[in-house]
Amino acid sequence: MAVNYIYPEYEVVRNYDRCIACRVCERQCANEVHEYLKDIKKMVADDSKCVNCHRCVSLCPTRALKIVKTDHTFKENANWSGKSIQEIYKQAEGGGVLLSSMGNPEKYPVYFDKILLNASQVTNPSIDPLREPMETKVLLGSKAQNIERDENGRIKKVMPPHVELSVPVMFSAMSYGSISYNAHESLARAASELGILYNTGEGGLHEDFYKYGKNTIVQVASGRFGVHKAYLNSSAAIEIKMGQGAKPGIGGHLPGAKIVGDISKTRMIPEGSDAISPAPHHDIYSIEDLRQLVFSLKEATGYTKPVIVKIAAVHNVSAIASGIARSGADIIAIDGFRGGTGAAPTRIRDHVGLPIELALASVDKRLRDEGIRNNVSLVVAGSIRSSADVVKAVALGADAVYIGTAALIALGCHLCRSCHTGKCNWGIATQKEELVKRLNPNLGYKRLVNLITAWKHEIKEMMGGMGINSIEALKGNRLMLRGVGLNEKELEILGIKHAGE
Amino acid sequence: MREGMFRNLSGCAVSGIFSKSGKRFSGELIIDSISVMHERSNGLGGGFAGYGIYPEYKDFYAFHMFYDNFAAKKECEEFLERHFDIINLSKIPTRKVPQIKDEPLIWRYFVTPLPTKLASSQLDEREFVVKCVFRINTSIKGAYVFSSGKNMGVFKAMGYPEDVGRFYRLEEYEGYCFTAHGRYPTNTPGWWGGAHPFALLDYSVVHNGEISSYDANRRSIEMYGYKCTLQTDTEVITYIIDYLNRKKGLTLKEVCSVIAAPFWSTIERKPQEEREELEFLRSTFDSLLITGPFSIIVGFEGGLMALNDRLKLRSMVVGEKDDMFYVASEEAAIRVIQNDLDRVWSPKGGEGVIITLEKGKS
Repeated sequence: MAVNYIYPEYEVVRNYDRCIACRVCERQCANEVHEYLKDIKKMVADDSKCVNCHRCVSLCPTRALKIVKTDHTFKENANWSGKSIQEIYKQAEGGGVLLSSMGNPEKYPVYFDKILLNASQVTNPSIDPLREPMETKVLLGSKAQNIERDENGRIKKVMPPHVELSVPVMFSAMSYGSISYNAHESLARAASELGILYNTGEGGLHEDFYKYGKNTIVQVASGRFGVHKAYLNSSAAIEIKMGQGAKPGIGGHLPGAKIVGDISKTRMIPEGSDAISPAPHHDIYSIEDLRQLVFSLKEATGYTKPVIVKIAAVHNVSAIASGIARSGADIIAIDGFRGGTGAAPTRIRDHVGLPIELALASVDKRLRDEGIRNNVSLVVAGSIRSSADVVKAVALGADAVYIGTAALIALGCHLCRSCHTGKCNWGIATQKEELVKRLNPNLGYKRLVNLITAWKHEIKEMMGGMGINSIEALKGNRLMLRGVGLNEKELEILGIKHAGE
Repeated sequence: MREGMFRNLSGCAVSGIFSKSGKRFSGELIIDSISVMHERSNGLGGGFAGYGIYPEYKDFYAFHMFYDNFAAKKECEEFLERHFDIINLSKIPTRKVPQIKDEPLIWRYFVTPLPTKLASSQLDEREFVVKCVFRINTSIKGAYVFSSGKNMGVFKAMGYPEDVGRFYRLEEYEGYCFTAHGRYPTNTPGWWGGAHPFALLDYSVVHNGEISSYDANRRSIEMYGYKCTLQTDTEVITYIIDYLNRKKGLTLKEVCSVIAAPFWSTIERKPQEEREELEFLRSTFDSLLITGPFSIIVGFEGGLMALNDRLKLRSMVVGEKDDMFYVASEEAAIRVIQNDLDRVWSPKGGEGVIITLEKGKS
């Protein structure tokens, strides 16, 4: 019989010279790590419960706490890592699928970090965004294909439905249920103030948030939770979720424990019942079926809203995207394999899909080769971590990006990757009232506004350095990029030259 | 290494002269103008475009060709014979000028598409010609069509523009419009095809600047069947103008609103009708917006357009005297040929100045 005890991954280190036993840590930890021992008048910690979310560390008034990675180790083995061994123990014990949250943390190449940007020197001037206009506004949607004129020779200004963004960044789909009411409110209000869009995810739209409709993308996913005509019509755009970067090919599961109160009402399912999103849409088994859903949604909304089709980046993503571009979709969103999630099977998250940089480069090229790039806008996600990633994505060919994890970090997430436990100490990925109220939307939305405003400034600085004063001129402008440390094949797929070339 | 295998950044001088009444004048004038701006070139490229110079062949496409060798000439002529009626062919007359060296074989053909070939291609005549030009330039090694319009022609070479003009005996041509270009490339172009003007059909472009939107524009225009083989700004600008004006049917004024689109903040302040039109053009052709510094002079049949980038990051001055219109990088280049101007001004960034022949003149 094996012994199941596994030494904790993290240790809570308390400096007793500083600790005043105020018990803040104890009250703040939903995982019940900290405990006050009355007999000895001392705080103690159970390391095994710690998820390393930094809540206690951040709130300790005397800075008495830190969390360190344990130096406890298995016998060194280049093949069998401690992680592999421990996962086997877990599965041998429980017999279950391993679950994880947030994006793929494994050591795959991050291509954004191997791409460098250009700047002007001598032959053309850089442009100072503090002195000259610098445009970051984008319109998403398909383009008019033909120029038609009226009897006076004036162009008929018939534009297909589109949405406008002040900066090419949107908040990606995170459902009400997977994240809290306060998190949703923060996202909605920030999008509204910034002139960008947020995305409801697949959990429907709380009635309190209909007023942010002009800045809302409503999602239609395989579970069709909370989808009805008013929901569709409240929005600026509709997104059909075919896949998610963190878990391509599989559906979703929000446990019944989280289907409480308003969440049950918003999703239109009974309290306490599990919300299961099937792996495929059961009315879409092929591309022609997708076309029917696209047009059903357009019919329902009178052809006034662009329809986004969101897919996970998988191996034949360019052929799939090319099919979608011919199926009535106005925008294609591609989610890379580092995209976040509230819960996904670990093996799927860590081993399925493609880096978004390669998927984007390949889709943009394919759509151009086919001459249909203007039929659709391209939005990419998973994972965009900074304004530099935004600029690189746009130069590779994206019209805009989605950010999820970065937005949550702005709201206080410390990337402990324990969303699936529902005990988020930062009030984001939880429905426990006492935890949710820790996230104040009045402050949360402001932090999101600050983040995007800061990125906008940085985007303008980088564009100005390149001598570009409008974001359209950056889109697909791959000569502004150079790779470092990439092989010929990678450069070929990215469509960029190596640094020094 | 020759132009097309690398991206060659250039500074430049441009100049243009246009007679609105269609009165023909000698090419001597444009040489006088461009030579004032000698300092703006570095001897690695110069050229001219003349309009109305072939009245006796005005219904035929005039192909100006560079050949690296006789094999290329033979192969190209076979191609031309298969696709066109060749009305006349000859060497383009040149004179020996010490400064101009290493000339390729330079030939001129007046052609018209074979009716049967044209019919079976299901293309309109101008598109058929464009396709053939691309075919020669991309698939016949050592052959290069550098001019392909009717009643117009491009003359260009490695050297300072005034030497290039004398080399081509430009003073012997008469036309209602001439444009000129002196190039200051950062690298040696390696061959004459890299010099400017760049032309397709009767569109010719001379350009001063380095556009920062180059690859966005290139990748976009290549979707519509154009191939950017030279990697120069001028080439991509020419294709964009051809696409928008000839293929999409935009007026040149509308073309200006695409390639040097007003800022969104300017568009918002316009009256509704105009605002909607500008929004439509800018969003429909977003990838054809050109950013970074440029001043261009576009020649076309019966007209001339001068345009600056929207921030006016390159100098460009225009002047008028009676029926004559002048445009140049520097006012001095206008004053040297006409000091007594009725009006002289610097067009605003993004404001296209479009001049056409008075009605009934050609």
